[in-house]
Amino acid sequence: MRVGIIGVGMTAFRPSTPEYSWKELMFEAAARAYADAGVDPRTQVDSFVTCAEDYYEGFGIFDEFVPDQLGAALRPTCTVSGDGLHGLASAFMQIQTGLVSVAVVEAHSKASDIVTLEGVLEHGLDPIWTKPLGAHPYVLAGLEADAFLRATRTPRRALDAVVSKNRRNGLRNVRAAYGADVDEAQVASSPEAFSPLRRLDVSAPADGCVVLVLASEAAARRFRAEPVWLRGIGWSSESPSIGTREGPGAGYARDAAAMAYRLARIRRPAQEVQVAEVDDRFSFKELQHLEALGLAKAGDAGRRALKGDWALDGRLPVNPSGGSLGGGNVFEATGLRGTAEVALQLRGEADGHQVDGARVGIAQAWRFVPTATGAVAVLGVGR
Amino acid sequence: MTARIKRWPGVELGAADLYEGKVTQTRFRPDAKYAWSAGEAMSRFLEELQRGRFIARTCTGCDRILFPPRMFCEACFRPTDEWRYIQDTGTIETFSISYLDRDAKRITDPILVGVVSLDGASPKMGLMHYFAEMTKEEIRIGMRVKAVWRPPEERRGSVLDVRYFRPLREGEG
Amino acid sequence: MIGAGMTLFRRRLQETPPELCYEAARMALDSAGLELSDIGAVVSGSAPDAFDGVHMKGEYYLDGCGGVGRPYMRVFTGGGTGVFSTIAGWWHVASGLFDAVLVVNEEKMSCCQPHPQSVFANIWDPILDRPLQPNLVWIFAMEMNRYMTVHGIKKEDIALVAVKNKRNAVGHPCAQLADPNITVDDVMRSEVMAWPVQRLDISPPSDGASAIVLASEEFIRRRRIKDRAWVSGVGWCIDSTMWTDRDLVFPEYVARAAKMAYKMARIDRPRKQIDFAEPYDPFDYKELHHLEGLLLADRGEAPTLTREGVTARDGDLPTCPSGGLLGVGNPIAATMGQKIGELFWQLTGQAGTRQIPHEVRTGVAQAWGDLMQYGSVVVMRA
Repeated sequence: MRVGIIGVGMTAFRPSTPEYSWKELMFEAAARAYADAGVDPRTQVDSFVTCAEDYYEGFGIFDEFVPDQLGAALRPTCTVSGDGLHGLASAFMQIQTGLVSVAVVEAHSKASDIVTLEGVLEHGLDPIWTKPLGAHPYVLAGLEADAFLRATRTPRRALDAVVSKNRRNGLRNVRAAYGADVDEAQVASSPEAFSPLRRLDVSAPADGCVVLVLASEAAARRFRAEPVWLRGIGWSSESPSIGTREGPGAGYARDAAAMAYRLARIRRPAQEVQVAEVDDRFSFKELQHLEALGLAKAGDAGRRALKGDWALDGRLPVNPSGGSLGGGNVFEATGLRGTAEVALQLRGEADGHQVDGARVGIAQAWRFVPTATGAVAVLGVGR
Repeated sequence: MTARIKRWPGVELGAADLYEGKVTQTRFRPDAKYAWSAGEAMSRFLEELQRGRFIARTCTGCDRILFPPRMFCEACFRPTDEWRYIQDTGTIETFSISYLDRDAKRITDPILVGVVSLDGASPKMGLMHYFAEMTKEEIRIGMRVKAVWRPPEERRGSVLDVRYFRPLREGEG
Repeated sequence: MIGAGMTLFRRRLQETPPELCYEAARMALDSAGLELSDIGAVVSGSAPDAFDGVHMKGEYYLDGCGGVGRPYMRVFTGGGTGVFSTIAGWWHVASGLFDAVLVVNEEKMSCCQPHPQSVFANIWDPILDRPLQPNLVWIFAMEMNRYMTVHGIKKEDIALVAVKNKRNAVGHPCAQLADPNITVDDVMRSEVMAWPVQRLDISPPSDGASAIVLASEEFIRRRRIKDRAWVSGVGWCIDSTMWTDRDLVFPEYVARAAKMAYKMARIDRPRKQIDFAEPYDPFDYKELHHLEGLLLADRGEAPTLTREGVTARDGDLPTCPSGGLLGVGNPIAATMGQKIGELFWQLTGQAGTRQIPHEVRTGVAQAWGDLMQYGSVVVMRA
C-alpha cells in the first residue's frame, strides 16, 4: 500500500536555543506537524518513533524523555538509534504491516547542550583500534575526503563550489542556521582543518527539531487530499571500520538507494529525480553521495558542481534548503530535515528556495563520523 | 535448548582477571559533559525553589494542576495555562529505606527517600525527595509531611533547596 | 520464528561486543539451518551505550551482527528492548519488505568501571531527580513498596518468585544465577539494600548476547522449515516521563501493550487462552507486578498464584520456565534469550530439562524498561 506524509513540522535551526529545554523544542515541532496534518496525537496516532542516541542527549536511556512532548504518553512509542530516515523506515514498515495507520516520526538536535561535542564524537570511535590514536574524530572525514578526491580526480575547487552554493542557499531559507554569502575564494582561503578539508568545508552544529506525520493511503486521504507519497525507502550499512571498507564511494548510500529506487520503481534516477537533499555535513560528502545515488556518473559530480548543475537554478537542484553546510549539522535529525524539505518542495511550499515543478525528490543522510551507515527516501506527488 | 546444541559460547572472566591485568584490555575515559537548557518551565520552577516556594502549571483542558510544572499538558497535548503556587505540605505516596548511599556504598544509618504528593496540586502530583525527623519504623505510606527549607542564603535554585520533608505537626498545614 | 541462540550469561565475559553478537547470531542461524546470505535485514537491540563504553555502539558492533552490506537498524527502549527488538524484527518481515530477518541483542555491562551501576546515575531527570543522587535500587524499592502496601502483600510471598526462578534456571545451560537449593529464608536473610529490596530479590548485571531468526510464511514453506513458532501478537506502550505523578501500584503501560498484542492475536480471555508466560523479572516482585499488567492475574492476586503453585513449571500457568532474569542473568537487551527465545524453545519442544511437562501452544513474553514506563509484549503460538 502507499504511505503518505500528511504533516510536516520543523522548528527553525539555530546555533543554540537557550530559551528551550529539549522537551519544549520537541513540543513546538510536534505542535506544528499536528496542526499541519490536522491530527490529534492523543486519539488519531497509532505509533510514535523517535530517533536519538544517548550520548548526543546526555542521558543513559533517552527513550524515557520523549513521550509527553509528542503527545505519546501511554501510546506505542519507540526509539530508533539511527538517523531520522531510519525512523522513517520504521514507521513505513509499521504502516505496511497494517497494524498502524498513522505514525509520527521525530528527530532533533540540541547540540548546544553538549559541552564537549568532540569528546562525544570521539567516544564513537573503535575502542581498540582507533581511540588509542588520540586523533580528532574528523580526521576520519579528512582521510575519506582525500581518498575520494584522488579516486574520482575531483578538483579541490569543486568542494569550494559546494560550500558556496549551500551557504548561499541557506540565505533563502528562513529556517537555516548558517546562511551566508560565502564565495568560493573565501572557502579556498579558510584555514586547513582536516586536510584536504578546510574549516569552511565542515558544517557547524545547530539545534532544531523535525516531526513528520505519516499515514497509510486510506488514512491519509482522510486528512489531506494530496499527500506527498513516501514512494521508497532504503537503508544500509558497511563495515564500521574505515580500514575494511570497499572504497571511498559511499557504498551504504548506493545500496540504500538501490532499495529505495526499487520500491519507488525509479529506473533512471538521474533523469527522474528533480530535487535532492543530500548529506553535505562535510562538503565532499555531497559529491560522494550524488555519485553513490546515481545522480551523477562516477567521478563526475565535482565537474558538474563547477558547471552549476546542482545549483538552485541548475539541472538538478541539490540542497536547495542549504543542506547542513547552510542549515547546520543537526546530527540525527539530518535525514528527517531533508525529508521535510523535499516534502515542502513537492507541495510547492518551499518559499524562497522553491524548485519549480518538482514532483519527485530524494532525501539522503549518513550517520556521520565514524560510520558508514546511511539511508535514502524517495518522495513523490501525484500518481 | 536441547542436547542438539553442544557449545555454549562465552569465556567467563573473574574480577581478578580484569583488575590484575591478566586479560588484555584497553581503557578509556570519555569526555562527555552536558549543560541542558532548563527551558521555561524548569527555569521558573527553580527560581521559585530559591524563593522557598513550589510552583505548578494549570491545564484548563483537563482541569489539572500539574507538578512539576510543564509548558505543555501531556494528556491534552496543548500548552498549559497559568502558573499556580501550591503548598509545601503533602502525603507520602511511597518510600524506601536505603542502606546504600549516593555512591552505592553500604551505610548503617539508612537514608529515607520516596515520593511525596503535594497539597494544592492535582492528586498524585509528586516529587521525589528525602524524609527525615522520623525513624524507619515510623515512616509509612499516607504520612502527612512538610518541607524543611534551607535558609534563604543557602538556596541555589535546586530541589536541594529543600533539605527534606518531615512529619506534619499538630496545627500545621 | 525459526531459530534462536544465546551465549552464556556471566558477570564478565571476555568477548568484545561484536564477538558476543557474532556468537549469538551464528548460533541462531545454525539453529535455523541458514547462512547470513539468506538474511535480508538485521535488527539489533541493545540498552545503554554507556555500558559497552562506545557512543553509537550499535554502529560499532554491527559487523558481529551480520549487518555489513545489508539494511541494519538498532532499536533501544531501555529494559523493554529485550522483547521490543523482536517486534521491530517482526515489522521488517510483516511489512513484506524482507523474507528473513536476524535480530541480535547484546549487552556488555562489565566494561563499565568501577561498576555498571554508575551508568544508572544518568537515567534520571537532571533537575528533578539527579541532585538527590538516587540509586537505581531506590525506584524499584519505591514501586515494590507501593505494590506491597496497597495490596497487603508479604515479602515472603514475593521471595517465592526468586526461589522459583533461580530453581527453574538449573535447567538452563547459560544460567549465571541458578540455585537448586535456594529457599525463601535465604532471600529473607539476604542483606537489605533499600527496603523493601534485599540482595536476593534482584538480578545483578551480566554480559551476554542472544539472537533469533524471523521469517515469512512463504520463506518457511519454501525452505520446509520444521521448527517454527508464529508471532501472533505484538504490542508496545510508553507511559509519561513524570513517574512521580503516577501511581506505581499497577503497570498501566504493560496492560496497554498487552491489550494491543492480545487484540492482534485474537485473545480476549488471556488467563484461559495463554498457556505460559515469560514476564520480565529483574526483581522478584516485578514478575508479580507484570503478571497483573499482562492481565493474567487480577490486581494484587499474582502472589496467590505463586503460592498455590500455579506459576510453577508444572502448574497451570508456568511463568518464567526459563529461570528468568533472576535465574539466568540480566544483560538487559540480551534477555531476549530467556523471554522470546524461551517461547520458541518451549513451543517447538526444544527446552530440554526446562520443557513444560504438558502441552503448550500459546505463550506471551514481556519486557519492561525506562523509568518504570515501558511495556513490550509478544504473543507466540505453535
